[in-house]
This record gives sequence, C-alpha cells and structure tokens, in this order.
Amino acid sequence: MEQIFFWSLAVGLLAAATAVVTLRNPVTNAVCLVLALVLQAALFITLEATFLAAVQVIVYAGAVMVLFLFVIMLLDVKAEARRPVPWAKAGAVLVGAVAVVAGVPKLVATFPAAREPLRWSSHAMPFGAKELGTLLFTSYAPLFLTTGVLLLVATIGVVVLCRRDPSP
Amino acid sequence: MILGEITLGHYLALSGLLFLVGLAGVLLRRSLLIVMMSLELLLNAANLALVAAARFKGIPDPQVAVFFVITVAAAEVAVGLAILVAIFRLKKSTSAEDFSSLKF
Repeated sequence: MEQIFFWSLAVGLLAAATAVVTLRNPVTNAVCLVLALVLQAALFITLEATFLAAVQVIVYAGAVMVLFLFVIMLLDVKAEARRPVPWAKAGAVLVGAVAVVAGVPKLVATFPAAREPLRWSSHAMPFGAKELGTLLFTSYAPLFLTTGVLLLVATIGVVVLCRRDPSP
Repeated sequence: MILGEITLGHYLALSGLLFLVGLAGVLLRRSLLIVMMSLELLLNAANLALVAAARFKGIPDPQVAVFFVITVAAAEVAVGLAILVAIFRLKKSTSAEDFSSLKF
C-alpha cells in the first residue's frame, strides 16, 4: 500500500514539476505548479504530517498560486519565445540527477536505522495541529513572533514597491 | 531493493530530484515568473526532506521548520512579485535578459 501511494505520487510530482519548468505558457505553468503542490501535500499525508498537508494546500496551492495567477493576468505575459537550449547547463542538471538517484539511497542506507521501512503507523495523527501549536507557542514563540513582524514588513514593502507615484 | 519497502532514502532521493528540477528551472529559464515558480519547487523539495526526517526521527521539530519555510516563502513570493510588477511597468518585459542595467 505504501509503495503504490509513494510511487504514483512521486512520479506525478516529478512530472508536474518538469511541466512547470519546461512548458511555455505561464498560465499552464502555474496550473502545473498547483498540481505539484497538491501532490506534495498528499506526500505529506503519507508521512503522517496531516496539519502541514492542510497548510500546504491552503497557503501554497491557495493563496500563493492565486497571487501568481493574478500577476500573470495583470502583466498579460505572453508565451516565452523559443531559444536554443543551453546544453552545458542542461547536462550539468542531468549529471546531478543521475548522482542523486544513484547516490542518495546508498548514502542513506549506510545508516543502519535508515534501512527500516517507513510503514504507516496504526495511531492516527502523531503530529497534528495540537503538537505543532504547542511547540510554536512555547519553544518557538520568539521565532513565531518574528515571523509576524516579517509578514508585516513584507506587506508594507509590497505596498511601497507598487505605488504609482512615489511622493518624496 | 529500490522497489521494496519505502525507506527514508526514497523520500530523500525524491526531494533531491525535485530540487534538481527546480534548479534546472532557475538556471535555464529566462522568464522571471517561471524562475520564481521554480524557486517554489526548490523550497518544496527542502520541505519534503524535512517532513521525511520528522517522520523518520519521530520528532515534530522539523515540521515546525517547514511551517516557517512556508510562511517565509509566502512573504518572498509577495515581495518578488511586487518587484516584478514594478519592473514590468518600467521595462514592459518579464525576461531576465532585459534587466541587465546592474550587470558588471
């Protein structure tokens, strides 16, 4: 069961990600990215991170992708013109891909504990919203507050950046 | 062995491949919109590795890190797209080749 879910989700995720990188029409790219993010949320569920899966769908596939599509519509971006593929860079990426596929499982298998399969546990939701919320508001409370400041600064920065007539 | 039980290595390899796809997008594409989408793929690859580590070790802390990564990524996208809109008004283009005035 774990195998079926993992392999179908993994192949789908990589296919969607490849479509994001290769296709020419920005709207198609954005829709493929939404697909990739939703598939990743499903992978989070196979890793028993249910709360993060929900956050992934709501924040990434919802809010961030609406922002992308909104900007695409706003800018009226045309499909990118074809240009010769830079083979040197593409070859470097391919070499990296081979190295990852061949190397990472072997490297991980050198740790004895990592050879044990990640089976689905019987108890539901080991780390749900409750556990993460407790951590966020106790050990990680300073970081959490800083993130709030970051979001405020980002919001103000966006408003300033996109003003039509910057008065001195 | 590869097609047997799913281990931590499978998830890490998938994360690495996803990172490479995103890296290819950042390196090979010229449209800044696509480059930013590829950046999202890079962050998601890191998130996948973190969640797999959390599941493997049985601790929730990496999931908190993923939570912060998602938040920072949202802020990054907002600011990046704002810069893109501002620069599009100036140059009427979203191609990285047209933004070379700071090139040395």
